[in-house]
Amino acid sequence: MPKLPNPMPIATDDEVALDPADYARAEINASLKPKQKIGFLREMIRIRRFEQTSLKYYNQGVMGGFLHLYIGQEAVAVGTVSLLGKNDHVITAYRDHGHALAVGMGMNECMAELFGKATGCSRGKGGSMHFFAPDKNYWGGHGIVGGQTPLGLGLAYGLKYKGLKGCALCFMGDGAVNQGAYHESLNLAALWKLPVVYIIENNKYSMGTTLERSSAMRNCLAERADGYGIVWDIANGEDLYEVRAKTASAMRRAHDQSLPTVLEVDTYRYYGHSVADANAKKYRSPEEIERYKNHHDPIRLWKKRLIDEGVLTEADADAIDEAAKEEADTAAQFAIDSDTPAPETIFEDVYWEVDNKTEAGSTGKHFFSE
Amino acid sequence: MPLITYRKALNDALAEEITRDENVVIIGEEVAQYNGAYKVTEGLWQRFGDKRVVDAPISEAGFIGMGIGASMLGIRPVMELMFWSFAYVAWDQIINNAGQVRYMSGGLINCPIVIRGPANGGTSVGATHSHTPENFIANTPGLKVVCPATAYDAKGLMKSAIRDNDPVCVMENTLLYGESWEVPEEEYLIPLGVADIKREGTDVSLIAHGRAVITALKAAEILAAEHDIHAEVLDLRSIRPLDEEAILNTVRKTHRAVLVDENKPFCGVSAQIAATIQEKAFDDLDAPVQRVCALDAPAIYSPVLENLQLPTVSRIIEKVLQIR
Repeated sequence: MPKLPNPMPIATDDEVALDPADYARAEINASLKPKQKIGFLREMIRIRRFEQTSLKYYNQGVMGGFLHLYIGQEAVAVGTVSLLGKNDHVITAYRDHGHALAVGMGMNECMAELFGKATGCSRGKGGSMHFFAPDKNYWGGHGIVGGQTPLGLGLAYGLKYKGLKGCALCFMGDGAVNQGAYHESLNLAALWKLPVVYIIENNKYSMGTTLERSSAMRNCLAERADGYGIVWDIANGEDLYEVRAKTASAMRRAHDQSLPTVLEVDTYRYYGHSVADANAKKYRSPEEIERYKNHHDPIRLWKKRLIDEGVLTEADADAIDEAAKEEADTAAQFAIDSDTPAPETIFEDVYWEVDNKTEAGSTGKHFFSE
Repeated sequence: MPLITYRKALNDALAEEITRDENVVIIGEEVAQYNGAYKVTEGLWQRFGDKRVVDAPISEAGFIGMGIGASMLGIRPVMELMFWSFAYVAWDQIINNAGQVRYMSGGLINCPIVIRGPANGGTSVGATHSHTPENFIANTPGLKVVCPATAYDAKGLMKSAIRDNDPVCVMENTLLYGESWEVPEEEYLIPLGVADIKREGTDVSLIAHGRAVITALKAAEILAAEHDIHAEVLDLRSIRPLDEEAILNTVRKTHRAVLVDENKPFCGVSAQIAATIQEKAFDDLDAPVQRVCALDAPAIYSPVLENLQLPTVSRIIEKVLQIR
């Protein structure tokens, strides 16, 4: 068990970003090729540009519902997902755009889903909080805080039942640690030795409530895993190398020993819980957000790192950014040009047996609207 | 045909499906080493071992949700709730995850899970243990729910439920577990969504599900013997999908309907059946549709009063006589 850290601090002006004694030399990172490192930068930038573009259209009122932006947290999804093998699976909560793009979902289908179009990844039935791509081992996209934590456990259970060497990365926010379903899942994960990694993306605020106002244990959230005899760790979410190194270690524990891990990743979101409370001054100051943007931004830090390592130039980075902007704009146009789902699709995708026109699906009445 | 209990019929269904499909796994509280709180899973752990029959701690949200997650990967978990009354602590998992994930994923995911256990009053265990949530489940498109009334139906419906590729909730009844019916030795399936006429009749239709079917059959016997009224008893068996044709056919035949329902009356299953009849068979009715439901208060403990609270033979007869 790691030594208890000091309480997770909110960044201060004089803080130096990134501990120079870093994780670049960790085995999982030392073997990285420049192309892969640049690929991580590209993925983070793509996520950011996708969301910035989606925000622009959201603010024009052309989308419904909520928009929970991941901006500021990109290194977590990109760093963790970069480690996935064939039998490793991902599930997350409603702040799910970053993970979706990181696993390889296309901007077009994701943007179209936000616009509620037929070409959306869920055919316009899920919206921002409910992106899925089971062909990419991505199981959503879940709207209820903590509700996905038993599902992630079930993915791990299924892998173990089938005798596959894989694991489930189950992402959650800091607010979810206070849900009962999470604690039931931790007990079951430890009891049945299931290969699940719970990744708490601690962005410091569960909606507008700080850790100090929501958690009885204030030093950290992962520490609660002690109560279940589960190994836990904390990673600095600004540093892609550290995220990868610590996630790799948790995944090894899952693969080799079929044991769970709780990994808390310290991160920060620049926008609100959703757009409605963006930068609400009630619970944090604009100065605090600026400090993170200026000193702790994962994209800015990774870019600097790659330039320092001599694998990237400013011009390369600008080209990546331009391409991402263009890709996001193209996706928005694709969404705008796409058709609205046809009314009859309301009754599709409810029952597998009905959709597949099986005997079971045609016996008895399944729908009660006339 | 051998007479076997409702409990044994379920046990046989589970054993047959575990044998048939390596992805079927039974998970629940006390299902393995204790042989099941109501002995439905008796002997299965000894026979099939730790992998296929799994004792879960008392964590319904955790293990039901886990089963749903596993089912997304193609495992076919049969989850036992010791009582369906305990489903409420797993409600988010059942309704939001099992019930909605297919829709929200635009059809990319399905959950071939069965959640089963008893859902009934009449055993003096108080309100917390006497819920009949089939109406809540049926109110959730994406979920299916069946309520077998006999051993024969319990076995055939359970096997179909396990093979179904959608989430199916099977609601059993502790008062029926020990009752026996004829069950054939050869394999059979009963499709979900097919009702069954348990007694033919011409004068009035008694439409019921679960143990209310048994009560309706007793009432029909007395109506015939003492009042020369020949009641047809239609067992819905499956609530969603629903055999609407069978409901309309019996009403068109008898022109009178009394709905018998251990569910509560307000927004209960019988409310839906009544709405269906008035929408589609209004002109066939010679009298208003009547309902005999659980009396509309929380399930009472007092054994004497609880028996009055659930539909009784005399309340059914009284309603039939009102509209004869």
